[in-house]
Amino acid sequence: MLSYTLRRLAFAVPTVLVISLIVFLMLDMAPGDPTASLPLTIPLEVREQIRISLGLGEPVLVRYFKWLQMTLVTEPLHVLAGLTGWDIAPDGPRILSWQTRSPVGDIIVQRVPQTLWVVGLGYLFGILIAVPIGVISAYRQYSWFDQVGTFVSMVGFSVPTFFTGVVFILVFSVWLGWLPSMYDTTHVVRDWSSFVFQVKQIAMPVAVLALFNASQISRFMRASMLDNLNQDYVRTARAKGLGEQTVVLLHVLRNSMIPVVTVIAIGIPTVFTGAIITEQIFRVNGLGDALIRAIYVSDWPMVQTITFIFAILIVLFNLIADVLYGILDPRIRYD
Amino acid sequence: MKTKIALLGTAAAIVLAPASAMAERERGSSGHLNIIYWQAVSTMNSYLSGGTKEMNAASVVWEPLARFDDQGELVAWLAEEIPTLENGGVSEDLTTITWVLKEGLLWSDGTDVTAEDVVFTYEYCTHPEGGCSYRDRYAGIESVEAVDDRTILITFEDATPNPYIPFVGAGAPVIQQAQFQDCMGARAPECTDENFAPIGTGPYMVENFRPNDVIEFVMNPNYRVPTQPYFETITWAGGGDATGAARAVFQTGEMDYAWNLQLAPEVIEQMEGGGMGTLLVDFGPLMERIEINFTDPSPDLPEGERATRMHPHPILSDIRVREALSLAIDRELLTEIGYGPTGRPACNFIVAPPAMVSPNNDDCLVPDKDRANALLEEAGWEMGSDGIRVKDGERLELLFQTSTNAVRQDFQAIIQQDWRDIGVDTRLRNIDAGVFFGSDPGSPDTYLKFYADVQMYASLFEGTDPTPHLEQRRCGREPQPSTQWQGQNINRYCNEEYDALWAELNREPDPERRQELVIALNDMFVQDFAHLPLVARGRVSAAANTVGGIVMNVWDSEHWNQAEWYRIEE
Amino acid sequence: MTDAAKPFTPDEAFSPPRNQWLDVWDQFKTHRGALAGLAVFVSILLFVLVGPWIWQVDPGQIDIRSRNQSASWAHPLGTDQLGRDLLARMMYGGRISVAVGLTAMLLGLLIGTLIGVLAGYFKPLDSPLMRTTDLFLALPLLPLLLILVTLFRDALARSFGEAIGVFLLICFAIAITSWMQTARIVRGDVLALKEREYVLAARSIGTPSLRINTRHVLPNVLSPIMVSATLGIASAIITESALSFLGLGFPPDFPTWGRILYDGRDWIEQYPARVVWPGVLISLTVLSVNYIGDGLRDALDPRIRGR
Repeated sequence: MLSYTLRRLAFAVPTVLVISLIVFLMLDMAPGDPTASLPLTIPLEVREQIRISLGLGEPVLVRYFKWLQMTLVTEPLHVLAGLTGWDIAPDGPRILSWQTRSPVGDIIVQRVPQTLWVVGLGYLFGILIAVPIGVISAYRQYSWFDQVGTFVSMVGFSVPTFFTGVVFILVFSVWLGWLPSMYDTTHVVRDWSSFVFQVKQIAMPVAVLALFNASQISRFMRASMLDNLNQDYVRTARAKGLGEQTVVLLHVLRNSMIPVVTVIAIGIPTVFTGAIITEQIFRVNGLGDALIRAIYVSDWPMVQTITFIFAILIVLFNLIADVLYGILDPRIRYD
Repeated sequence: MKTKIALLGTAAAIVLAPASAMAERERGSSGHLNIIYWQAVSTMNSYLSGGTKEMNAASVVWEPLARFDDQGELVAWLAEEIPTLENGGVSEDLTTITWVLKEGLLWSDGTDVTAEDVVFTYEYCTHPEGGCSYRDRYAGIESVEAVDDRTILITFEDATPNPYIPFVGAGAPVIQQAQFQDCMGARAPECTDENFAPIGTGPYMVENFRPNDVIEFVMNPNYRVPTQPYFETITWAGGGDATGAARAVFQTGEMDYAWNLQLAPEVIEQMEGGGMGTLLVDFGPLMERIEINFTDPSPDLPEGERATRMHPHPILSDIRVREALSLAIDRELLTEIGYGPTGRPACNFIVAPPAMVSPNNDDCLVPDKDRANALLEEAGWEMGSDGIRVKDGERLELLFQTSTNAVRQDFQAIIQQDWRDIGVDTRLRNIDAGVFFGSDPGSPDTYLKFYADVQMYASLFEGTDPTPHLEQRRCGREPQPSTQWQGQNINRYCNEEYDALWAELNREPDPERRQELVIALNDMFVQDFAHLPLVARGRVSAAANTVGGIVMNVWDSEHWNQAEWYRIEE
Repeated sequence: MTDAAKPFTPDEAFSPPRNQWLDVWDQFKTHRGALAGLAVFVSILLFVLVGPWIWQVDPGQIDIRSRNQSASWAHPLGTDQLGRDLLARMMYGGRISVAVGLTAMLLGLLIGTLIGVLAGYFKPLDSPLMRTTDLFLALPLLPLLLILVTLFRDALARSFGEAIGVFLLICFAIAITSWMQTARIVRGDVLALKEREYVLAARSIGTPSLRINTRHVLPNVLSPIMVSATLGIASAIITESALSFLGLGFPPDFPTWGRILYDGRDWIEQYPARVVWPGVLISLTVLSVNYIGDGLRDALDPRIRGR
């Protein structure tokens, strides 16, 4: 298993590079134009000069390698220098977002905290709710708990988050006035009262996201549990006189985790790219917001860099999932 | 006095309260102001962005020599007075203009503002590698010189009847040489610290800037008016959506000012019922129109000939068809449905400033489908059995494209029905705005390529002079393969008379004669039904009832008088 | 002896062993939820297919005087901001949404399952296929879709006609961007299943790989596939509306559930019905497919069917 993991890790590097090259070429092909969002009062000759000043005059491969060099060396060093205060930031150009004309790395660093607070917690709570609901639903199949769970999760998945979000805002911000409808990204948690404020301002977006995520994960949990509850080994375990709790939580749950682990492993990287609609409704301005706005105005360096980090996370978490498969079911062998 | 106010009632109280508060109001006395821009500000350096939102944010820091007030009149800002022919500031041959700075102007870091800074601004924006968005403001200039510490002499290449473009308005502010001298040309985007916290002469300084998220402003201690600004600090939040921004002003009161609320009229009306805020609307040159393609966009034509003047449009080249299309549209209804109080039906190409608007086309406000039908009959289009007209075996079918936007899709549906009533079949297409308004010559879906029969969008011009806007429709200015599809004569209009008249306008210094010429050009274009004006759209913002001093301005930044905003004490 | 009196029928004597699918149907019938789901699903199909014949209102007919109306006899679900009848729009919109939802979901499921099984079962294919999956997971969706439009819209419209061309493009676009989760899940399960005793046994007696997969492996990964299917319909319907914003979807005069839902977004406060109706129909479709899936899964599982 260890050698497999190491091999996969070594292989991950070229994978990520190939993905980034394909994404780069794809964005280069896309019909968007970074000057499309400017007012029509700006003449076309000036637009052409703006495009040239963005570096679009150079051949695509030259731009790719420049970008790659900056992503792998310059930006991480600058970010590290910013976080630690060490004087390691190299001179020379950095990756500049076309829209803000500022280093992409800095913007990403600014956006990470609120993304983790809101989207990350939303995902975490989603998992924490989904697993027990899935287990109980499967164990008591067709009970009222299961029926309600099925109904709620199906509705929760098919009703888009903008609807739940607006309903939450109307109830808790407009009518009751308990919670702020806009997230304050400059808020810093210093003491108890500022912590309470933080909890208040993340309460609604986290709830909306947790509901959505829980809907999806609980379905997979339930289905997989159902599959395993009828297996022979469960009967054997019960026949041996093991307690019901041990049977369900130790044997069945463990064997049912494979699809759930897969879904979660695909889901965690998406935390990083944010929850676009929810972020927009609650004005969270996380990474999802940065990504979607960058896409709309064809700010390719920004899109490219976020996608690159996203690709690393995807490759990494899918690798973790593969390793977990082996732990959950030792019969799975890769070698 | 007190009893009087009580007797006069609330309306008078609102008028009088600011007046009585004026005496005691001083710098920083109004505390904190919250502004929300749902499309967030991406940089403080408006020269590098070109977007309206960046220009507005920069306008509380950077200021021009002169700007337009809410009536569209020029007012001296950093300059002592407006140079004119009469006071000798503009030379008789219209080739030079001389500006004089106010005395004792300071940058927010305490250093003097000099004529050198103004000259530097010109050099900064015209650097060939800088990618300055407002470069056209400084076009046609031979030189900008500092005569002495406070005097700037601008020499134009030709006689320029309107010299009030460089350094005038929020789009052309003066920047500090000391801060930006190492940021010229290709280095301009790399100066992140400078671009995010520019030093200015305006009432506020940037304390913290997060691109596309939030700006925190504090007062400029060296601001030239000692009692202003009234608000001590401003949080200028960005992000979210228009609905959320409106809700924060009207319903929850979290925000004091919200910009650009493009929302359905009923939604705004309902939210305004929350009672915490007021809608601010004013009308400038922004106008929603349908452009008619004079050339054939048929996909059967080879690429390179499609939608070029080589092939005139088989249907729309006939003015009777174009007029019929215009007659079938109910502009009052479109305005009511799409914009409500934030729009006005439009019949002209030039819809502002008021003095330049032609009074000769207002009959377009009344739709006349009978006349439209008669015109189409006359043009040889016979009604077919399915209710669509036919001529020589060809159905009267048009492809109607626009960008993706809720109001535009509603307009498409309404106009489609209006045109069906006169026997015109319309196919609709909507395109992502980032593609539609792009100028990528490789994409078939841009408004420049115009691979459709008609298309709808809004356009406007900067400042109060429509001359450059009228120039766009000159023959030869159309997008075509040889110019990489660049050009603003979108409908490929070509009329020698129009071109001659425009040339006359471009030479004419006399304001009254200019007005006549603008109106004549407008009438010629509109009465040719080259494009169909639909709705003049206003600037729409919302302000909390507790903020006073706001004067909505469509000719300049909405924040042009930010220093005078104040909190109304309860 | 009435039995003896009964005439001998050759049919009865030589009737083949009971068809497996009849067993499945018998088992399916006993699943109440599945039957209810089937009934709802058929009703939805009737609503969108037959409905417009009964409720003969043009969904595109604009009647400004009767805009923003609430439910009435003339407009049972009310009207939208242009006075178009919401019931008629729901019916016509459902045709596209259900068709796109089912087709795109099936297509995505097919791709996902195929890749998942291949990667899980055949070791040499695992790495390349899974790295491709990683690639697709990482691709930013919107630019990809914009490229698809530019490259294929006109070509498809020329070969298949505008409407079918757009339909194919949409289904393809949704499928190509949504198969990855299924592939990962199926692969994960297959990895575990192929080491189970019965698969090893089948292999040891020389059963061909194809047969092992269709007979032994696939039936056992059916439940997560079913979940993917139900969730896939919902996201396909929603994605379709997102595509139409990019200009990739149907022209704006074609109503679809997703589009009606999004158009209603700004009106939630004043006219919640505009969001609720399409929301309810999408949820009902998903719920009914979910229950049908549950019943099918039980019915296809021989361990349950035997009992």
